Amino acid sequence: MKEEIIKIKESALEEISNTQDLKTLNDVRVKYLGKKGELTSVLRGMGALSAEERPVIGSLVNEVRAKIENALNEKEEKFKQAELQEKLEKETIDITLPGAKIKRGSKHPVNRVIEEIEDLFVSMGYDVVAGPELETDEFCFERLNLPKGHPARDMQDSFYITNEYLLRTQTSAVQARTMLANEEKSPIRMICAGKTYRREDDATHSHQFGQVEGLVIDKKERNVSLADLKGTLEIFVKKLIGKNCELRFRPSYFPFTEPSYEVDVSCFKCGGKGCSLCKQTGWIEVLGAGIVHPNVLKMNGYDPEKYGGFAFGTGLDRLAMFKYAIPDMRYLYANDIRFLNQFDRKDEE
Amino acid sequence: MKLSINFVKDYVDIDVDIKTLAEDMTRVGNEYDSAGKLINATKLVIGEIIECVEHPDSDHLHLCKVNTGTEVLNIVCGAPNARTGLKVIVAQDGAELPELTIKKGMIRGQESNGMLCSLAELGLEQKFLRPEDKEGIAELGEDAVIGEDPIKYLGMDDGVIDFELTANRGDLLSILGMAYEIGAIYDKSVKEIDLSHKENGEDINNSFSVEVKTENCKMFLAKKAENVIIKESPEFIKNRLIASGIRPINNVVDISNYVMLELGQPLHFYDADRLGNKIVVRMAERNEKLTTLDEIERELTDTDIVIADSTHGVGLAGVMGGLETEVEETTKNVLIEAAIFDSVKVRLTSKKILRSEASNRFEKGLDPKRTYMAIERACTLLEKYADATIVTGTVIYDGTNKQDKQIDVTFQNINDVLGTVIPNEEILNVFRKLGFTYTVNGETVTVTVPTRRLDISIKEDLIEEVSRIYGVDNIEGKLPVVPMRKGSYDKTQREIRNKMIALGLNETLSYILINDKEINGYTLDEIEPLKLLDPITEDRNTLRYSMIPSLYKIYEYNRAREQKDVSIFEIGKGFYKKGDVYGEDTKLCALMSGKYSLGLNNIKNVDFYTIKGIVEEVLDYLGYAGRYSFIKEEMPKEMHPGQSAYINVNGTNIGIIGKLHPSVSNEDVYVFEINLDELLEKKVGKMKYKEISKFPSIKKDIAFVVDKNIISKDIERTIKSAGGSLLTEIEVFDVYTGSNVADDKKSIAYSLTFIDNKKTLTDEEVNALMDKVMDNVCKKFNAEIRK
Repeated sequence: MKEEIIKIKESALEEISNTQDLKTLNDVRVKYLGKKGELTSVLRGMGALSAEERPVIGSLVNEVRAKIENALNEKEEKFKQAELQEKLEKETIDITLPGAKIKRGSKHPVNRVIEEIEDLFVSMGYDVVAGPELETDEFCFERLNLPKGHPARDMQDSFYITNEYLLRTQTSAVQARTMLANEEKSPIRMICAGKTYRREDDATHSHQFGQVEGLVIDKKERNVSLADLKGTLEIFVKKLIGKNCELRFRPSYFPFTEPSYEVDVSCFKCGGKGCSLCKQTGWIEVLGAGIVHPNVLKMNGYDPEKYGGFAFGTGLDRLAMFKYAIPDMRYLYANDIRFLNQFDRKDEE
Repeated sequence: MKLSINFVKDYVDIDVDIKTLAEDMTRVGNEYDSAGKLINATKLVIGEIIECVEHPDSDHLHLCKVNTGTEVLNIVCGAPNARTGLKVIVAQDGAELPELTIKKGMIRGQESNGMLCSLAELGLEQKFLRPEDKEGIAELGEDAVIGEDPIKYLGMDDGVIDFELTANRGDLLSILGMAYEIGAIYDKSVKEIDLSHKENGEDINNSFSVEVKTENCKMFLAKKAENVIIKESPEFIKNRLIASGIRPINNVVDISNYVMLELGQPLHFYDADRLGNKIVVRMAERNEKLTTLDEIERELTDTDIVIADSTHGVGLAGVMGGLETEVEETTKNVLIEAAIFDSVKVRLTSKKILRSEASNRFEKGLDPKRTYMAIERACTLLEKYADATIVTGTVIYDGTNKQDKQIDVTFQNINDVLGTVIPNEEILNVFRKLGFTYTVNGETVTVTVPTRRLDISIKEDLIEEVSRIYGVDNIEGKLPVVPMRKGSYDKTQREIRNKMIALGLNETLSYILINDKEINGYTLDEIEPLKLLDPITEDRNTLRYSMIPSLYKIYEYNRAREQKDVSIFEIGKGFYKKGDVYGEDTKLCALMSGKYSLGLNNIKNVDFYTIKGIVEEVLDYLGYAGRYSFIKEEMPKEMHPGQSAYINVNGTNIGIIGKLHPSVSNEDVYVFEINLDELLEKKVGKMKYKEISKFPSIKKDIAFVVDKNIISKDIERTIKSAGGSLLTEIEVFDVYTGSNVADDKKSIAYSLTFIDNKKTLTDEEVNALMDKVMDNVCKKFNAEIRK
């Protein structure tokens, strides 16, 4: 009987190793280990054995069954692996083909610059405010120390719709509105960006353009000074134009500030050596700024003996042109889809 | 303002080169446009033509032998006035002239080793050239020394800085003002001006009078110069005028311009013999006529100041003299006017007639002390260069204040505003350099500001002077020390824009000005057009009410460039006048046409439902889900009547949506516009967690065949009321017309979701509800169930 069992084992193992697929392997399993299988039949004949022989043969059968099962499982695992491998190979694709994309919209470059400025100043504790684009002469000029007949009004040829109403020529109009609206006459830190309009149209001037305006008013004892203005604008310019920019404060004249300055930055194209962009001067004018004129404070309800502060403003279109190397102001307003599509990603920090 | 360096050197010493001067002036607030030599040419030398013969192969060229002192050059010259013995300007080999570089070469077979120059070739502007300068080479005098620099010989070795001055610095529109400014920078004193001259005969006041009838004339001085001899001005006057951009005419006219440049005070010279014995200064009468010296008859208005004799006008004050009393070649006696007129009035008149060097100075304001100086200075020069005899005395009308201003400022004030710790002595040093006197009383400095500095009137002006001359570059930047608090802003607009961008639209920046013919488009609102009083072009003469015309222009621009897939949006303003109130609304506008990507590879042509989906997406995102509807009423004529609607939120129409009418566009263009101010006024509920049902939902699909004109919204309402509270969602998932559906019918398929938060729904319950839904819809809309 022992020989018979050994024989079953050997033939089973040989058949297992010869199988080529899962189905044949199953047949082999049934043939040897099934209810009517060869090994099972041997076990059935165990009743005829002596008491001494029974445990010996029993353990031999168990040992053989384990061996066969093991071989069957191993072989089955092999077949499954091969099958999986085949499936994976079949499913392999060309990963270099393009992805199925969702089209991104785009944000206008001027608005990108506005957001960058707003975020910067909000982080410094400024409030973002807005004002009307259709303004009154009073807020656009008179409350900013520009009475009727003032020669500086010539610098800003305006679009009037009546004797009193005009499209604002400067976001500075919002200065007066903010001061006047603040009934407690508490300190102000505000930034305001928006559209402005002047009666001019050529290669470097659009009749509609963007400006941003900042205003800080505080009690005299806090001494909001020219040095503070300088420090603030250094942060502004270095964030917007580049870390390595140099600033130059050039005394100038605006009716609403005294002292007044125009702020130049070292030319970022040539580094200050002189090129066509900076007209060989090494400097590019970017901002107007100054200490708020006492008349402006007075006219808008702040006592110039008790309050003081600074204001600054700049053109947004040129900042956008500098930032994105846009060569022509007119591209900003033509809104060519091929132009707009280029501004569809996150700005670098 | 063009500054002649030679001219200003009369009054202040300058030891730096022109570029440094220009840069240093810029740092104190006087920006420049250009700085360089008056004549920009190299390798020029005075030569003499020692032989001049005809070129053998030309009918107009000459072969010249020219002695330049060190050598004799063969030069071919085409000028008709080239001749032996003439002293000439020779541009040698390698000379750089404004328009060309001179090189040795052959001209029609003859050697030419340089060029004989005309003044035009040296870069002198056309307006300064006399006829002889244009026709031939420059003829130098007998006294020209061979081998020397011809520019120096001509007195044209000058430098010119073209400044762009700020509107408040009228004082710098004079050589003397510039001298004070340069003196302040380099700590140099300003030299005295020569006003000396003799006076003769009976006092002018006995024979001549001035009557001022308007407060717009603040000052009027008159003197008389007799027996002038009109001729060419001396070279230095001509050259300085040219360097300053003014064309020399004759000695008398040139002197009036010269004094204006020197002192900033415009003068007017009258031919005294054609003027009566009295001048009246008054406002013009309405419709009064006056022929100005440009020979144009002008009709005047009551804002023009007129200089008149006893009968009629002889000049427009500050702007232009009259033809009748103009100084001419034959003029013998000159009446000199030095006056101050109201700047605003001169500006108004000059804007109509001519903006000149003189009117510019009147507009910026004048120093009354200079007016006195200027009339004396004119006499000095007329005596010297026009052989005039000056009549004794001056006719004076003077309503000005010549008191120097005194302003108090403390050292603390200055350092507080500038954020500095500048020592007191340095501050006082600034005032001294500027030529201001001062007294110190403890912490307070009382500064006496000369009348020439019209721009300085309050202590802040003095603080600016300190910052200018001390140097802003020397002030260290810092940040304000203020209590910390967070900055704020309304993020809603940004969120909406980001949403639109995420939906694949491009943000634009459009012009708000449109043509007035477009103003009534895309709305049925009554609109009073807000037209510009003085538009640049008629195309843009009115403020928009709807933004759609602005976006449609952008669409047209792109379509003209073969860009037909346009999906754009913008948040901007629309303007109106209601009653007497002017106002503006913030609007969200979008335009879509051509192909639109719905994500992945789902690219389709934009239709009504595409743009409606965008609107719904934005409204849902803002929290208005379930509170808006699209309503068909009478639509503006620019909209397709069958494919447009009003967007209604909580019962108010806040916007419009739809296809553009074929009369507007042949292409399929869809737009929407929402009044954001009106929309955002409507409050939305707080975003809040809702219990998720523990019990499964059951979905049922059903399709109805109905008449084409039945609208889905009505069917949905019927389904909803039949389905009751267990019906939680109704979604249209298919609309079909075509085979198997009659021509006048359409099939709409809905997917209904039922859910009970308290128990698991059974099929029986849901089927009963579905039967009710089918029954109600079929009865109400005469519908059939599509199998």
